[in-house]
Amino acid sequence: MGLRATASQTVGPYFKIGLEWLNCDNLAGEGVSGERVTIQGRVFDGDGVPVRDAILEIWQANAHGKYAHPEDTQDKPLEPGFKGYGRVPTTALGGFRFATIKPGPVPGPEGGEQAPHLLVSVFMRGVLRRMVTRIYFPDDPRNAADFILNLVEPARRSTLIAKKSGGDPGTLEWNVILQGTDETVFFDLGL
Amino acid sequence: MKRVVAYRPPYPGTQPNHLHPPYVSSIKRAPTKPQVPIPYTLSEVTGPSFGPEIVDPKASDLTRGHAGEPLGERIIVSGRVLDEDSRPLANTLVEIWQANAAGRYLHAVDQHEAPLDPNFTGCGQAVTDAEGRYRFVTIRPGEYPWRNHYNAWRPAHIHFSLFGPAFAARLVTQMYFPGDPLIPFDPIFNSTADEKARNRLISAFDWETTLPEHALGYRFDLILRGRQATPMEE
Repeated sequence: MGLRATASQTVGPYFKIGLEWLNCDNLAGEGVSGERVTIQGRVFDGDGVPVRDAILEIWQANAHGKYAHPEDTQDKPLEPGFKGYGRVPTTALGGFRFATIKPGPVPGPEGGEQAPHLLVSVFMRGVLRRMVTRIYFPDDPRNAADFILNLVEPARRSTLIAKKSGGDPGTLEWNVILQGTDETVFFDLGL
Repeated sequence: MKRVVAYRPPYPGTQPNHLHPPYVSSIKRAPTKPQVPIPYTLSEVTGPSFGPEIVDPKASDLTRGHAGEPLGERIIVSGRVLDEDSRPLANTLVEIWQANAAGRYLHAVDQHEAPLDPNFTGCGQAVTDAEGRYRFVTIRPGEYPWRNHYNAWRPAHIHFSLFGPAFAARLVTQMYFPGDPLIPFDPIFNSTADEKARNRLISAFDWETTLPEHALGYRFDLILRGRQATPMEE
């Protein structure tokens, strides 16, 4: 057999020193097409205490449902200047906020399309290997048939779907709850 | 789109569990419900890519960019980034951060009573070349106390962050130094059950990259997950 993947270790409390230079809380600059959304929320630990030293990374397709990556060979347009990458640390109150566009649907297992979603990696002190989750969009009729959402027990699916927030239709709320009844669903990709 | 080739699951014991009680911070932060297994889709086998142009070539030398030289023992940390099939991973962004020679981070949260060094920030970046190679010039970080348990000290280490070819291949880890007496007592190092996998986090002293009259070399190769042999039907 070949080599074995290097073991993961925590980012620790001081990741700001090394990771801040590539922070990105505005994924879609001017001229990028798509429905503008701002996603905000907080990260809470098992005692309900806000986590002020977490960092989230986002990966998403553009509004056409195309990833800016060579392995996406779909015949769909790329958006110049849109990488689909975000990196957002939490604040002293455990909050985060980023602006982007709602992605289009991308291919899913068994020939279907997936509902629009963002991938999220969650890192923080105390987390020895990154946790992976997804953000889906509220009131999207495609959620009901989404292959991945349907692998999650119905009572927990809501942790993956952002909620409308206040009066602004472009602002969504989505929280990361690390433990307890409303614990966020994290996915096993064998990471 | 036809097929998605998944990434391989880890060999048993070679990655830490989320909950590792000796590392106290994991207790209130590790998920308590089982993670939901999902098949790989296009979303997971793609991922952010950064070309070499994103990194300033000077960013791989952590001893420069200040008015003077940092205190401490100058070292060269280099190695290769490969996948589990020994294929070199070119154009991989490598980010590092570390404490200064006194064991102090340039961070508001770090209140360790050790001096900051005005000539050291502790942050570097590099992009791997066609053979998957990277190289940093830095100083050996100091050990430092932390509050995990009574008289707890972290071994000297450098934090590494790598994107790799896909979302699935992302890696954040820490590199240790050979012969550090604190390593066997460190709950973060010990969070990986498999002894060989753990010990691969310890760099090797390296004559080949040691520069006479200037700096000791340490070698640290990083292995990112490989692909499954057979594609999954989409």
